[in-house]
Amino acid sequence: MEISAQTIDSIHEGLLQKRFSAAELTAEALRFAETENPATNAYLHFSPERALAAAGRVDERIARGEDPGALAGVPIAVKDVILTKGVRTTCASRLLEHYIPPYDATAIERLEAAGGVILGKTNCDEFAMGSSNENSAFGPVRNPRAPDRVPGGSSGGSAAAVAQGTAVVALGSDTGGSVRQPASFCGVVGVTPTYGRVSRYGLTAFASSLDHIGPFARSVKDAATVLRIIAGRDPCDSTSAEAPVPDYPALLGGSVKGLKLGVPREYLKDLTGETAEIFARGIERFRSLGCEVREISLPATEFAIACYYVIATAEASSNLARYDGVRYTTRSQHSETLSEMYRNTRGEGFGAECKRRIMLGTYVLSAGYYDAYYLKAQKVRSLIARDFAGAFGEVDAIAAPVSPFPAFQLGEKVDDPVAMYLSDIYTITGSLAGIPCMSVPCGETAEGLPVGMQILTGHFDESTMFRLADAFERETREES
Amino acid sequence: MKITEKEVRYVAALANLNLSETEIPRFQADLNGILEHFEKLNLADTEGVAPMAQVLYEAREDATLREDVPVEPLGNEAAMANAPLAGAGYFKVPLVIEK
Repeated sequence: MEISAQTIDSIHEGLLQKRFSAAELTAEALRFAETENPATNAYLHFSPERALAAAGRVDERIARGEDPGALAGVPIAVKDVILTKGVRTTCASRLLEHYIPPYDATAIERLEAAGGVILGKTNCDEFAMGSSNENSAFGPVRNPRAPDRVPGGSSGGSAAAVAQGTAVVALGSDTGGSVRQPASFCGVVGVTPTYGRVSRYGLTAFASSLDHIGPFARSVKDAATVLRIIAGRDPCDSTSAEAPVPDYPALLGGSVKGLKLGVPREYLKDLTGETAEIFARGIERFRSLGCEVREISLPATEFAIACYYVIATAEASSNLARYDGVRYTTRSQHSETLSEMYRNTRGEGFGAECKRRIMLGTYVLSAGYYDAYYLKAQKVRSLIARDFAGAFGEVDAIAAPVSPFPAFQLGEKVDDPVAMYLSDIYTITGSLAGIPCMSVPCGETAEGLPVGMQILTGHFDESTMFRLADAFERETREES
Repeated sequence: MKITEKEVRYVAALANLNLSETEIPRFQADLNGILEHFEKLNLADTEGVAPMAQVLYEAREDATLREDVPVEPLGNEAAMANAPLAGAGYFKVPLVIEK
């Protein structure tokens, strides 16, 4: 019952063949996760009651001969920005340290309806702001592949849990790369679906036009299975898409020969060292699969960081305004007036990165600066979206690096926020365009640090993205 | 300097953030660095380009509407459960109007 080796299929099989019950598997998963957690700090808290109740329902359905669901008995870790009813959800912030949501996110409801077992909530950068999981109010997460290094962020805990083997799949959120980059750093699969593919209802809002919920897994197939379950129109999220959800897992296993892959020249020009070598080998791997690889151009790339950080921080400053001490548990004491209470609560409660982004966002939206920054950034966003639309007229998918470097040392980049922002260059572009993108393990540096390959496709073309990633994954495994 | 200390204090006040005396110069330096990078946007030719306010354009006109059928609300008790201070079904806050 080795938890770290399980897949969605192996658990399903094990349950139906009565090799173990969901309750037994869950109890073992909880025990294993609790034992391993101090090494990474991936989980902030466990939800044993909820997990065992879910497992009990799965066992009952099996006993009655009913279909227990596509995710029956699967141990799942959930990033702590996603609301779980009755289970503390902190967003890794002091401001929500004691917050207990009164409702479930739609993604959570769908996971459990499919038989999923939620083990606990994972650590992340505070309010999903960061690229290293060093901005959590409850301590950083350590990369299970290299304990002196970051797991990436902001969904570091979820990536670490899957990499460590304490969860079979996990949910994260991605606004500018927060699923893809930790997936790359931890050597697992991480998917950012099309904007609107998965309901954002119950996802604590960071930047509403850029936020996505996405799965982590140890295989493309498992990630595709989770996406199939959580995707689809939700009346509670008016930005969720009506587009039908294909049976993603059923599309895997075939050939990708003849598919055209574009590699953006603007992404390659500053890519150096081992990351560049591993990326180049990945491109060769696509060629050996029969893909036609060609260079493409995304000229607006040079404006992407500025565009992203204007829009994301502006939206964040608005979304985080609600944490003011009135409604959500934490309130600064000894404030004589309402204004004082707002300022003290927020001043005491937010970490530095959140404050930085809130102030930036407030600045770019303020009178006199709105046109120059926010409006301009929205126009540049159109340019970036146009670049991708144009590219997908020529190619079926885009292959790109995920990050200019593999996992860096804890503490190495905390003093240079601008450098941290600049390192998001390969992931923020896809977010701005709203297209689906994912990271699949590509190789390792000489030191054994994982490096991911990013695959991007057109809106709602997760099918092509998964087919390519699946073929790539098989070829990568065969090579090693 | 793209942003003065006075502007930092102004923005912090707009954002309802109390900053300590040590935080102010630190954030001033941080914001300055980032705002300098934002200057790049001026190099982008956006003549005749519409701002991208929506990510996907295919939503129906009534995408944000639902049938006018009453649904069970969250309920006052659940809504107040996380209140730092509450009473009689209301959130309690300090003095609203300053003396």
